Amino acid sequence: MRASSTDLPVLLPYRSPAGIAPSGLAAPILLGGATLACFAILFGASLALAQVTARPAGESAAAVLMRWAPLIFQGFLFNILISFLSMALGTVVGVLVGIAQVSVVAPVRGAAWGLTQFFRNAPWLVLLFYAMFLLPFEFSVFGLTIAFPAWIKAIIGLALPVAANVSEIVRGGIRSIPSGQWESAESLAFTRRQTMWMIILPQAFKRMIPPWMNLYAILTMATTLISVVGIQDGLTITRAALVAESRPELMIPMYLLLLLMFFAYCYPIARATLSLERRFNVKA
Amino acid sequence: MIAAYFERLNETQGLNFSVFYDAFDRGRFLTGLWTTSYICVVAIAASLALGLLGVWLAGSRSRLARLLVRGYVQFFRNTPPLVQLSFFYFAVATLLPTVSDGFGGRSPLVSGTGWAIIAFSLFAGAFNVEIFRAGIEAVPSTTVEAAESLGYTRLQLYIHVVIPLAFRICLPALNNNLINLVKTTTLAYAIGVPELLYAASQIWSESFNVREMMNVLLITYVLLVAILVFVMGRWEKAMRIPGYST
Repeated sequence: MRASSTDLPVLLPYRSPAGIAPSGLAAPILLGGATLACFAILFGASLALAQVTARPAGESAAAVLMRWAPLIFQGFLFNILISFLSMALGTVVGVLVGIAQVSVVAPVRGAAWGLTQFFRNAPWLVLLFYAMFLLPFEFSVFGLTIAFPAWIKAIIGLALPVAANVSEIVRGGIRSIPSGQWESAESLAFTRRQTMWMIILPQAFKRMIPPWMNLYAILTMATTLISVVGIQDGLTITRAALVAESRPELMIPMYLLLLLMFFAYCYPIARATLSLERRFNVKA
Repeated sequence: MIAAYFERLNETQGLNFSVFYDAFDRGRFLTGLWTTSYICVVAIAASLALGLLGVWLAGSRSRLARLLVRGYVQFFRNTPPLVQLSFFYFAVATLLPTVSDGFGGRSPLVSGTGWAIIAFSLFAGAFNVEIFRAGIEAVPSTTVEAAESLGYTRLQLYIHVVIPLAFRICLPALNNNLINLVKTTTLAYAIGVPELLYAASQIWSESFNVREMMNVLLITYVLLVAILVFVMGRWEKAMRIPGYST
């Protein structure tokens, strides 16, 4: 019987009720596109506004922006460089501390836990200040003087909270492996070190990737903090450009441009993190 | 007695904890602490409200509303909070009119503290939307169906079944985000809001005790976060439903 030829509710085609979960999300590409479009509209509107409200009407807002964009982009690239370096440093330290957090030696475990909690719960900016002010500007090792410029200190300052967060990610990843793996490795006469390196870490590695990428995105956004402690980055250059032009109506387009750069970099990372998470969830 | 102890420490060891014996420095530090707490409390409340509003809009039938919420969430999650704050304080603020401050001068409509609260609320609110959404999606569909078959309307369903369960599910993630918000308040330093970091930096540039102040500052923040963790932990325990593990 055709469903349409009846008025009995039971025979009507099944219509799923409106989902209780507000998950009617647009497809990622569409969403990213829509957000970008919103950005573009906002950006265009602010440019137009800047053009209209300019007193006295000088050079067109778009031309000024085009002139500064390469320099701002260079500053932005410096942010990315800083984020790479402090992520590398933070990851190396964090993995070691994270493994120490599951050590069988209680004092090592306790110390690693304490370090992790302390640096995880302290604000990034305060840690950055800490590194900038309290690290010496040069080291003397065996009569050899190693200069310690501000940007290296900034990398160390940013690496501190990163290491603590990586440590937590590593610990969580190791803990998420079922204890059966440990027990079967033990019954196969693996030593603890062998179990860790050959059985647990390879499995846990996969689960650590998404939170690690998430942390990287957070770090990239946190690199703008270095402008507060006086290092030339994207934000500093944007501000300097605004001061040089001294046209207040350009402020919104300029800042939007910088925001747009960060968005274009961080949004794909966030998307990749989500899709990796989903993929690893299915297999787990 | 404490003041005397720290004064002696300064004279004998050269450790200058001026906040503990100098009334002026202590006053500044406490004012900073108060401003930080004020920003935290208001921004937490506002971000929770924004999160609820966002998740409600994200569940609505209107496609435009859904897209708007998604755009808001993605924008604020994927751009640096410091640049957002600068954007609001330096750029958006110039569009707003100034008001008379009662002394013959003109003052901006929204103060630095106000912009800090607005920026941080929007920033944390974007994360809260995601957290609430995940919590609502984690409520078992069988529970929802059972309630539906008992004749609950959509509103009743939300109030009596979904939200109580979802809230318990998303409390840990919410904790993390609120802690993050407290840590983010230090960014207000960049726009000259007299919060804790700003007060501390004023003190250390006048008393030349960077090392000591830095440690006091770090410990104060860790304590602030610890208090929040403690309160939320207690709350989580109190809300636990025996036998219902999330």
